[in-house]
Amino acid sequence: MQEIIKVENLTKRYGSSVAVDGINFSVFKNEIFGLLGPNGAGKTTTLEIIETLRAKSSGTITVAGHDVDQAPNQVKSKIGVQLQAAGYYPSLTLRELIALFAGLYNVKVDHHHVLQSVDLLDKANSKFKELSGGQKQRFSICTTLINKPEIIFLDEPTTGLDPQARRSLWDLIKQIRNRGTTIILTTHYMDEAEYLCDRVAIMDEGKIITIASPIVLIDQLIASGFERTVEAKKATLEDVFLSLTGKAIRDL
Amino acid sequence: MNQLPPYSQLRATLAIAKASLQSILRSPSAVVFSIAFPLVFVLVFGLLDNDGVRIDVGLHPDSDTATVSHQILKHTTYLNIEEGDTTLLFKELRKGSITAVIKVGKYNNQEIIEVVPSAAAIQSLPLLRSVLQGMVSGMNGKVLDHIKEHLANAQLNVPPTAFVKELSPINGRKYKMIDFILPGQLGFAVMSAGVFGTAFVFFSLRNTLVLKRFYATPLKRINIVLGEAISRVIFQSIGSTVLIVSGYFLFDFTLINGFSTFLLLLLLSIVGLIIFMGFGFIVSGISKSESSIPPIANIITLPQFLLAGTFFSISAFPPWLQVIAKVLPLTYLNTALRKVAFDGASLLAISSELTILAIWGVVVYILAARTFKWE
Repeated sequence: MQEIIKVENLTKRYGSSVAVDGINFSVFKNEIFGLLGPNGAGKTTTLEIIETLRAKSSGTITVAGHDVDQAPNQVKSKIGVQLQAAGYYPSLTLRELIALFAGLYNVKVDHHHVLQSVDLLDKANSKFKELSGGQKQRFSICTTLINKPEIIFLDEPTTGLDPQARRSLWDLIKQIRNRGTTIILTTHYMDEAEYLCDRVAIMDEGKIITIASPIVLIDQLIASGFERTVEAKKATLEDVFLSLTGKAIRDL
Repeated sequence: MNQLPPYSQLRATLAIAKASLQSILRSPSAVVFSIAFPLVFVLVFGLLDNDGVRIDVGLHPDSDTATVSHQILKHTTYLNIEEGDTTLLFKELRKGSITAVIKVGKYNNQEIIEVVPSAAAIQSLPLLRSVLQGMVSGMNGKVLDHIKEHLANAQLNVPPTAFVKELSPINGRKYKMIDFILPGQLGFAVMSAGVFGTAFVFFSLRNTLVLKRFYATPLKRINIVLGEAISRVIFQSIGSTVLIVSGYFLFDFTLINGFSTFLLLLLLSIVGLIIFMGFGFIVSGISKSESSIPPIANIITLPQFLLAGTFFSISAFPPWLQVIAKVLPLTYLNTALRKVAFDGASLLAISSELTILAIWGVVVYILAARTFKWE
């Protein structure tokens, strides 16, 4: 498998505290890679350093064949970035915002096509501030696709969404991967990581504790003798909720 | 890997400028403060026009200060006496910013008050006449109490008789209220757009991570600021044009050299905007929250709003206040705008104002660079 991102001995210090402590990992082409961990574990800092948005204290990072220190602009043009809860000019329409990002990336974009790819075509002339939470997140992902990136970074893309919007975003993320894009995401929802990610890295206190596919990690835990105190049912409360309210997205 | 065409910073910067302009045009507060508010002031003052209770007159330097008339003139509450050399006084007279130049003399024990009225301030001449006549008739017998008291203090003898001699008026262009008020409003609009607009926009772009999202593109950071600045300049030019054009057509605002004067006014308002945007960057940098922007911005704008000759001429202030007024950048922008509009001053003629504005610009942008926060 081809490595598209390679992180070696990455460290980030703020004064005397260490946010990221000498981590090493690789992301393979066309996988969905999850960065998991409690708040303050260093996930967002790690992402932002790879995205060239933050300086590192030491280590080397290669993204799509480019060193982030030597060629930050080449890296920027190969990646798409979605930030936690980012806003845009709120009074601009989606169409105008896409024109803005097309200019920022120096590319020609058919707004029709990109909006359709995130199922927001009917909102082309709506202002960003008029969108629902799920629509805002879908649009945010849409802006990451404008420069046809090789890799996109999604920082907690489903936080705050209702189950319907969450499921629809999962479908969207899988579709984007199926079109050949590599995806790195962070999340606090383990069901999300289990459903979406080919591999996950679990971080705590600035260190990576383990990296493997979700199934391998679960099997390892079971093999170590772990047992759930309550036997899992064949359905979850979320399944109940979705079967009662339907899977249709409730965006207005 | 195929070779991409070189990345154009200009194209990306203009994309920001366009988006930002669309955003400003949809922002009610920007439109209100930059266009509507100053326009209302222009309309109100344009309709009010000249109506003062004090009349500004110039006292000729050759006046006989030992005369009673001189003493009375200096103490009457109806007149605002301006002193200076004849060149200055007659220049003011031609503009109509003083109603008349008065010279007091004494011939054969009779005092003569010579009055040279301004054709550009004809409207306050009747009032001046009645003030002077009242004064003279007071001297000729019916002396008012406060004058009598004053004469006693000054240990003067019985007042001699006096008469007023009115000479033919000096012709000049009429300096109307609008010629004073419109440049002031232009300066005010530029200042509020520069300080408030910039402070709010950069604070919110930073806090809603829009700036950070832009940093994830190949555009240089400084060009994000440049793109925003371009859109403000375009917007404010539209606003200034609306103000000047409506003043010109509705209230006969003087554009002494026509279109070239208009262009020069526009250029000055852009220079002012860029300087005041520097204040806006400082405010956005030092504000801890959105609600602390207005008080900090007001500390910068309010004194200038009141003291920089926006509504009242600085010469109406007591000297200590004039000292403060003469430090403020808006004072120099307003003065330059008025000189260009009414006197037809060239860039060279307003170079002293421009120099002081440039010094302000350098100081403000040094501070802005130190306080600006990128994230």
